[in-house]
Amino acid sequence: MNRLATTLPDSLARPSRLDPLGTLLTLAGALALLLLPFVIFKANRILPGDPRSLTAVLPAWGALAVAAPLVLAALVAVLVANAGLRLAAALLGIVAVALAAAAAANALTPVGNHVVRVGAGPAFWVLFVVLGLMATDAITRLRPRPGLRVLYLAVALGVTALALRHGTFDNLSVMREYAVNAARFAQEARRHLELALGSLAAAVIVGLPLGVVCHRAPGARSAVLGTLNVIQTIPAIALFGILMAPLGALAAAFPWIAELGIRGIGAAPAAVALFLYSLLPITANTVAGLRRVSRAAVDAARGMGMTDGQVLAQVELPLALPVILTGIRVVLVQNIGMVTVAALIGGGGLGTFVFQGIGQTAIDLVLLGAIPIVVLAFSAAVLLDALVELMDRGRA
Amino acid sequence: MITVEGLSKRYGTATVVDGVSMAVPRNAISIIVGTSGSGKSTLLRMINRLVEPTSGRVLIDGTDTRAQPAYLLRRRIGYVIQGHGLFPHRTVAENIATVPRLLGWEAGRIRARVAELLQVFQLDPAAYADAFPHQLSGGQQQRVGVARALAAEPALLLMDEPFGALDPIIRAKAQEDLLEIQRRFGTTILLVTHDMDEAFRLGSHVAVMSSGRLLQFDRPAVLLTRPADPLVARMTGASDRALKLLSLTTAGEAAVPGVCDGPQLAASASLREVLSELLWRGAAAATIVGDDGTLRGHLTVAAILARARP
Repeated sequence: MNRLATTLPDSLARPSRLDPLGTLLTLAGALALLLLPFVIFKANRILPGDPRSLTAVLPAWGALAVAAPLVLAALVAVLVANAGLRLAAALLGIVAVALAAAAAANALTPVGNHVVRVGAGPAFWVLFVVLGLMATDAITRLRPRPGLRVLYLAVALGVTALALRHGTFDNLSVMREYAVNAARFAQEARRHLELALGSLAAAVIVGLPLGVVCHRAPGARSAVLGTLNVIQTIPAIALFGILMAPLGALAAAFPWIAELGIRGIGAAPAAVALFLYSLLPITANTVAGLRRVSRAAVDAARGMGMTDGQVLAQVELPLALPVILTGIRVVLVQNIGMVTVAALIGGGGLGTFVFQGIGQTAIDLVLLGAIPIVVLAFSAAVLLDALVELMDRGRA
Repeated sequence: MITVEGLSKRYGTATVVDGVSMAVPRNAISIIVGTSGSGKSTLLRMINRLVEPTSGRVLIDGTDTRAQPAYLLRRRIGYVIQGHGLFPHRTVAENIATVPRLLGWEAGRIRARVAELLQVFQLDPAAYADAFPHQLSGGQQQRVGVARALAAEPALLLMDEPFGALDPIIRAKAQEDLLEIQRRFGTTILLVTHDMDEAFRLGSHVAVMSSGRLLQFDRPAVLLTRPADPLVARMTGASDRALKLLSLTTAGEAAVPGVCDGPQLAASASLREVLSELLWRGAAAATIVGDDGTLRGHLTVAAILARARP
């Protein structure tokens, strides 16, 4: 009785609970900003970097202009529960951090100098990740409909593209690397997508019928899925190596195959390896999707006079589609990442920049390859998640 | 008329249906009843060839069902299963339109038929045509399942435990509706159930199956009064067979001319219900009136009891 009387008003008096995630993110961001360098200055591309803090680079009013939105974001993160406000504050913070990096690069680069390199430092990346987490957390709480999520993505990508085209970030080191490699970048990006999407398409063309066969003939199921499972366990590099010998021998024995561009190294073994990796998720998800289809619906379909083909096309595949699409999503995101490794055997793609950058210890070149890969994989995941959810709607 | 001749189904050494022969009457409801594992569902599924017989044959209006491909045969036969089997990714209207579409009906005719069936099954087209099955109640789903089976106006309707998943009150309503539908369209219906009460309520003829064999196929009253096999007597319920017999006759059918001062009861009530009501009220006789209020005669307890004997 006594305890109740003392604790009740106390808990009522408390205005609102501190947001645990927001508090953690704020602490991490604040510590990073205070203790870690915001940008790294290099006199040229391969010299060791010279860390600079934000206040050392920007004039006082500039630092204040960056700090104000960040403080606002921190306050919202800790105190405000409204997800819409949290998202707005996080996005404001991200824009502020990005513009601060651009401003720092402009401030540190003498006009007309193309040798100096100014790259984003640890504090920038920590803030970027912290604010990104705050934004994704807010979007998760908002539960936007699939179409809206795709719109968010399109707006974010569109704004970024406009800023890049406008030259906002031209003095940042990654964009310096881009300026040098612009022609090759477009070519390698296209090759990257071709490899990822092409092997996915081939895997769907083969894996979908294979899944249907496995569903219809349970005897084949364990053999097929077992084989694909084994392939899945082979590391990517090892699989490239294994494919080198037979493809090389094939090209040597039949010159017309070599003329098609199929050799032991290059894009061919990469495409074959990605195709093989893609088969398991597609086939296994097709089997799982078909098994999920209600037996009563299939029985009714047959009982009303649908042919086997009609049952498959009109009942089984449409009902299995959300699960099959989930498999396609897994494969697409996995492929976009795995194509990177294809650069090792001359397969091309954005991984070329990553491995060149590693070879030259030029971290900016690595980022020129890595950042677009992450953006591609993330966008593919958002798009296909939305598609899966749309397909699954109305048929729970 | 469906004629079943020496129909058997064997899986390996197990005989599921064993030499069944029967002639199913046209334009009436016939019931196949039996315990689980008696082969009743397999027998039904052999008629539309979802299961191919090991031996024997099925004739529909004199034509062997194997004279055409199985899927073409099935498009002429309505089929309803337990748990309705509606397509979850298609709307109610699309579900009902399934067989007409397979048959290549033109769009206008399909629309008109779907609207007609929704009316018949008491589903407002404006509210339900574009709904998905999961948005309906269990009873509504079951009605859509029957409407879908009747869409292409089949002369024969096969039903495999169609009301098995319904609760008792909705089930009774669904049974009433089925009788009404049968009267309206004159469809020949063959229905499988394990529920003897359901069989007696719906069937003009009832087939009793056990261990793959057909024990007896006759009118319900004959099953009660002259069971062909001790098992038939046991399955129809020997302990209350007198009351079951009374439940097969309506008061209107049994009433004799004349009046009495007893309570007024409906002609559509069964003798069993009339007897129960008279016992409850301590009355010796009842006046029987039709739905329109006209006098149909009277019934005494003694007259009812006389009908409870074979």
